[in-house]
Amino acid sequence: MNALTALQLAFWSPLTGALLIVAARRHAAVRDAISLATAVTLFGSLLLLATAVFAGARPTLMLLEPLTGLTLQLTPEPLGMLFALLSSSLWIITTLYSFGYMGAHLTHGLTRFYACFALSLWAATGMALSGNLLTLFVFYELLTLATWPLVTHAGTPEAHRSGRLYLGMLLGTSISLLLLAIIWTWQLAGTLDFVEGGFLQGSASPVMLGMLLVLYVFGIGKAALMPFHRWLPAAMVAPTPVSALLHAVAVVKGGVFFILKVALYVFGIDTLTQLWSRQWLLYAAGLSILLASLVALRQDNLKLRLAYSTISQLGYIVAGTLLATSAGIVGSAMHMVTHAFGKITLFFCAGVILLAANKADISQMRGLGRSMPFTMAAFLVATLSVIGVPPGGGTWSKWFLVAGTLQADQLLLLAVLLAGSLLTALYLLPIPMRGFFSRPDVPLNIADHKVPPACLLAIGLACLGSVVLFFQADALYRIARLLLPGGAHAG
Amino acid sequence: MPLLAAPLCLLVYERRLAWGISLGLSLAALAIAALLLQRTLAEGVISYELGGWSAHWGIEYRVDVVNAFVMLVVTTIASVVLLYARQSVPGELYLGRIPLFYAMYMLCLGGLLGVTITGDVFNLFVFMEISALSSYTLIALSQERRALTAAYQYLIMGTIGATFLLIGIGLMYIMTGTLNMRDLAAALPAVTGTRTIQTAFAFIVVGVSIKVALVPLHLWLPNAYAYAPSAVTAFIASTATKVAFYVLLRFLFTLFGAGFAFGNMLLGGIFLALGLLAVFTGSTAAIFQENVKRMLAYSSVAQIGFMILGVSFATTTGVGAALLHLFNHAIMKAALFLALGCVYYRLGTVNITDMRGLGRDMPWTMTAFVIGGLSLVGMPLTVGFISKWYLVLGALEQGWWPVAAAVLLASLLTLVYIWRVVDVVWLKVPATQRQPRVTEAPPGMLLPLWVLIFANLYFGTHTTLSAGVAMQAADWLLGGGG
Repeated sequence: MNALTALQLAFWSPLTGALLIVAARRHAAVRDAISLATAVTLFGSLLLLATAVFAGARPTLMLLEPLTGLTLQLTPEPLGMLFALLSSSLWIITTLYSFGYMGAHLTHGLTRFYACFALSLWAATGMALSGNLLTLFVFYELLTLATWPLVTHAGTPEAHRSGRLYLGMLLGTSISLLLLAIIWTWQLAGTLDFVEGGFLQGSASPVMLGMLLVLYVFGIGKAALMPFHRWLPAAMVAPTPVSALLHAVAVVKGGVFFILKVALYVFGIDTLTQLWSRQWLLYAAGLSILLASLVALRQDNLKLRLAYSTISQLGYIVAGTLLATSAGIVGSAMHMVTHAFGKITLFFCAGVILLAANKADISQMRGLGRSMPFTMAAFLVATLSVIGVPPGGGTWSKWFLVAGTLQADQLLLLAVLLAGSLLTALYLLPIPMRGFFSRPDVPLNIADHKVPPACLLAIGLACLGSVVLFFQADALYRIARLLLPGGAHAG
Repeated sequence: MPLLAAPLCLLVYERRLAWGISLGLSLAALAIAALLLQRTLAEGVISYELGGWSAHWGIEYRVDVVNAFVMLVVTTIASVVLLYARQSVPGELYLGRIPLFYAMYMLCLGGLLGVTITGDVFNLFVFMEISALSSYTLIALSQERRALTAAYQYLIMGTIGATFLLIGIGLMYIMTGTLNMRDLAAALPAVTGTRTIQTAFAFIVVGVSIKVALVPLHLWLPNAYAYAPSAVTAFIASTATKVAFYVLLRFLFTLFGAGFAFGNMLLGGIFLALGLLAVFTGSTAAIFQENVKRMLAYSSVAQIGFMILGVSFATTTGVGAALLHLFNHAIMKAALFLALGCVYYRLGTVNITDMRGLGRDMPWTMTAFVIGGLSLVGMPLTVGFISKWYLVLGALEQGWWPVAAAVLLASLLTLVYIWRVVDVVWLKVPATQRQPRVTEAPPGMLLPLWVLIFANLYFGTHTTLSAGVAMQAADWLLGGGG
């Protein structure tokens, strides 16, 4: 199979899967099988495509040409492949988890659930493979729309309120800021196609380009940079698999992926370093890291705490990108992956605790480690990864991010990154610690074996991923190196 | 030709036959409009002298890219709505009046086409009145009692507009001695300095603005749209104001010339301010409407604001964006009103509180509504996106980036009022079980609706026809061709 066929297959399989899921709505078993098969097909075809792309191939698939010179097209490159592989591999694990979780916990509207899930992954894949800004924008919007029914899945008034906030904030920022930025880019450069090293240099004064960068960074609401972060905690009302895959991986990582794309292929690193607004945006990202961590400390609801933790960690990736140094970019790309594995494990654990122990508040989780040792152990490993200490993959990404601040002489930001990690330890570590070392207030009548085995398997796989990323970080590092100018040779 | 059909419908006075005749004729008109557009694109201008009198004395019909484009829009919408009307109209009108409805519909269509095609300003006035009078009747035909007052309101406002237009035309005739557009265009530059022509200009712009329903002259519109029969609303909303808008363009660019209108008379600034005002007041008012039809009516006020904004740029991109939005808005608004027509047909009301949970009962209709609504917001892959793209691009080309930002902010307001409906329809459950159960609208109504929805998506992704022609037409207008 050549690269173009793999690209076709990767692009169309989730959409086909969504349609088949709807078609098989009367047969639960068939529907579930289709979900899993779609996820595996997507991952397989992406793997095939990735080997070609990492070797330097750039197959292009033209979808549409809505305006003259303005196309919807797919042109995968290493960063996109990384994002696509990340979300599709975790989709397989999440699908496994969903079988256990949704089967035991929620029963209504499962077809809509799986179909929207597949559609969301289709949108995320489209984003990952997109060859220009317009395509990226189109799939970005589709992703918002496809995840909205998942956020409002519970059907409660609270879910509706959150759904409105979610949609309003994401569409609001994207239409009023991001679209403006894209049309402006088109007007300045006359093209929207991603080019290695960027295409905006010299097309306008640095002052204007600086404004444009502000529009991009805040317009990409999915990166949840404060003050446009409120949608993410609101989205926690969704069922846990949604929070896990979409609001720790596909959606938010789609946001930072967008920012990375803009930095690398629209502005270009060299242009980026000359913009006045970069320094301010770095401060904004730093503020986002610290404030979100402080808010996370005060959350008693586990999912909310994890959500604010995500906002904080996204700040790391945005900051790393804006540092515009080789280590910063590499660190950002790696953190996109390592944080995804860590955070999805944490969400899986939160879901299982809710399922088996019916507990959503951290204050009630004392001593939980005694009855659910497996879950809590996985939680601990993932926590370590998110903090950035061995044996979690997050160690390496934070390593490079810190190196990036040194390269760029941003000592204040260095302090912020370190303080952020410390805060992460403060708000996450007590949960497994109290789980293992405190006595429960009331005797707990639960155990790991009451958890659906599919959920445990998923937790195990995701947790294993974090550890593997620590010991086998070299592969990831080499992919991230490909993003740098001339990196294809140096790597 | 549609004018001939009108008395025929009355003579036949049989429901189905009248429908058949109307549909046949509007389809024929559609075919002719398509051919005309093709020929104007190839050849430029086609002229036809009515009754064999020469151009300066008789009435001349002139077709260029601009009006061929508008004619295509009008006839397309007319045909699709007629397809839909067969089943929707009996539910909303007294049965005996249905042939009268088709007669008036044809008269209105004839009037609108006449306005677009004519090359003579007085003739334009006459056709405008034909279409206006018949549309008052169409609105008043509704079973809703409030439609009568709405039609009356429209009548008063419309007549004032028409009078203003007539005064303006009269003044121009005094100064130039001609009513033919081409002669006027040639003669006007010599006398633009005079106060008479400036007064004529003011009268015409205000008169036509009433017809266009530009804020603050829009007061007739919400009631007229809200209480008219659904098919009428869909038809008038996507044609009558559009044709009036065409008239405005014709007067501004072909007759007076962009230099006079935007240079001497400062219309650019005025239109910019009024356009923005229309966009924001219209959208804000739409958010607070209980009646969804009224909501869409206010949204029309806002969308007209977008078109006026485009005109105020007085560049190819700006005017092209306005023309493009004219086309795009026609198909999305018609689709939305048809969807509401389906709701009214089954539910007997279009109040937002009564539409709770309707998505489950009428999935096809409401899915169409969501797509149409997203198009109105300007989601990518729909026509609305293309309009917004050009409009923002036009603003940025001028360096007016606050305007560009305002356009996008206004899209968010659109999102608010559309999503209010989507929220209620798809997520809420009805307070009480509806008796009898509501079912999906009949296929005869769904089909035209989905034709328009498909058009929304098609022209959102294939714009050579719409955007290409709109830009060419804008070029033509600004180049002073005619």
